[in-house]
Amino acid sequence: MTKSEEKVIKIATRDAYGKALVKLGGENTDIVVLDADLSKSTKTADFNKVYPERFFNMGIAEQNLIGFSAGLAAVGKIPFASTFAIFAAGRAFEQIRNSVAYPKLNVKIAVTHAGISVGEDGGSHQAIEDLALMRAIPNMTVLVPADAVETDQIIRAAAEYQGPVYIRMGRLAVPVLFDDTKYSFAIGKANIIREGKDVAIIANGLMVAEALKAAEELKEQGIESTVVNCASLKPLDEETIINAAKLTGAVVTAEEHSIIGGLGSAVAEVLSENIPVPLRRVGVKDTFGESGNPEELLKKYGLTAQEIVIAVREVIKQKK
Amino acid sequence: MTEIKEMARKIRMDIIEMLTMAKSGHPGGSLSAADIMAVLFFDEMRLDPANKDWSERDRFVLSKGHAAPVYYAALANKGFFPREELLKLRKTGHFLQGHPDMRKVPGVDMSTGSLGHGISAAGGMALAGKIDKKSFRVYSLLGDGEMAEGLVWEAAMAASHYKLDNLVAILDYNGLQIDGACEEVMKSSPLDDKWRAFGWNVLEIDGHDLKEIKEALEKAKNFKGKPTIIIAKTIKGKGVSFMENQAGWHGNAPSSEQAELALAELKGGELG
Ligand SMILES: Cc1ncc(C[n+]2csc(CCOP(=O)(O)OP(=O)(O)O)c2C)c(N)n1
Ligand SMILES: [Mg+2]
Repeated sequence: MTKSEEKVIKIATRDAYGKALVKLGGENTDIVVLDADLSKSTKTADFNKVYPERFFNMGIAEQNLIGFSAGLAAVGKIPFASTFAIFAAGRAFEQIRNSVAYPKLNVKIAVTHAGISVGEDGGSHQAIEDLALMRAIPNMTVLVPADAVETDQIIRAAAEYQGPVYIRMGRLAVPVLFDDTKYSFAIGKANIIREGKDVAIIANGLMVAEALKAAEELKEQGIESTVVNCASLKPLDEETIINAAKLTGAVVTAEEHSIIGGLGSAVAEVLSENIPVPLRRVGVKDTFGESGNPEELLKKYGLTAQEIVIAVREVIKQKK
Repeated sequence: MTEIKEMARKIRMDIIEMLTMAKSGHPGGSLSAADIMAVLFFDEMRLDPANKDWSERDRFVLSKGHAAPVYYAALANKGFFPREELLKLRKTGHFLQGHPDMRKVPGVDMSTGSLGHGISAAGGMALAGKIDKKSFRVYSLLGDGEMAEGLVWEAAMAASHYKLDNLVAILDYNGLQIDGACEEVMKSSPLDDKWRAFGWNVLEIDGHDLKEIKEALEKAKNFKGKPTIIIAKTIKGKGVSFMENQAGWHGNAPSSEQAELALAELKGGELG
């Protein structure tokens, strides 16, 4: 299901988002796109070029970006509202909570520049807690694509789904992992992208590529890993997570987000109630980010295959 | 107009009755808006209670969502649900939530309660109308304390930027909010100049004069290229002498004795 390591092509999920929007815009005229003066960065500018009559710049006013989107949805439109993750989930949290999720309106909050990989702009711009915030809201669906192919499928799935969706994308170009003809994303489903009996690595976003790298490295050390891409953070595919834990008896999670409240927490919740097995969470360790080169920052904050390998070795040691 | 005057009286009496039964809720800002709501729902807006999801209907968003009692009374009297239901406001398991809920209350177009949100959503609805070149209009009622919310001004800016002349905001200008006079809590005046500066058509009226309300709504309809705000001077608690102009009656329900007095006044009073 995954492409071989050799021919790695890198595309930012935000770039895939812009292209997906243009495609969908042609198929469904109910789709409208709103941005808050970041359309060149979020790539909604692509949509604006083709469908300017359905693109609305709301200016630097994120609360109103969400409020207008709610109103548009209440009259039957399918608004995609885009800005950076921090300004949507952060600045407009309560608009998302009360004007979108509470009335279960059909708004797609499609954000980019999530996580440490924002890079040079620094900590103020690196949302590391947005998934925790969004996951806690009733009626909210939370999706985290791992690559360009999955982004395309997720944007389509979000448009087809009736209700609020938060889609978290990144700035940094990341490896294309999947083949569109073979890979299939569905809301509420996790994808097992590698099978192995010794440990389960559950990841999403750009950490899926790192999980696959880690699995290769672990294989050389004689450890066979199951790798689960958990792009649907909410609803969470509890069955797949429980089965992976049953099969392997040890779990490592990996995410470009705080280990508080994101994928690691969600998996811990499921495991502790159903099948308590040794667990390690790879992620941002309750700290803000900083300015720097994205790749260097990912290393500095422990968001690497190497860190996953270390966690796997620890968790396997704990197995009974 | 006499019919609408009677309707405003009926709405006020319903407000008192439902709040008394609920033992909590917001009488002051509900009573101040009763005349505006009576004109909107019984003269101005195109609605069909038998077909509540009619796509061409005019939309209403109660941005000052705490005035849910005046909204529910208007909806019930309009026929969206039986009037008896009003007496179960805020009760566990009943559909009449403390603040308007579009998923639970028939006729409610947008869930509100968090101040500032309503006018923003109303802007989005008006924009949707423009995209599809539909003829429905969008009305939103705001409070003067609510004017302190930044989101109100974000929405005001966007509504004029997108020339949403199908949007009408009505400001229930009663001078009071929870902690006292708006001018003391957070001065927002001069509001006419502010809204004008934000690119709106501004009308100022007596919010208890049914004729003035009707005429202002008519003027708004004929004004093209800008959204309109009707700044309606009102009296908080209007119609119940001991509630009038009292900040303390913002969010307290009357006792049954107080309700009796209030209802007697409303029954005999010359309103509108
Ligand atoms: C965002 C938000 N903050 C605070 C409140 C609590 N609150 C409810 S009503 C109110 C005062 C509103 O005053 P005003 O807008 O003047 O309304 P009116 O006088 O018409 O009742 C406040 C602060 C709220 N509902 N929403
Ligand atoms: Mg007031």
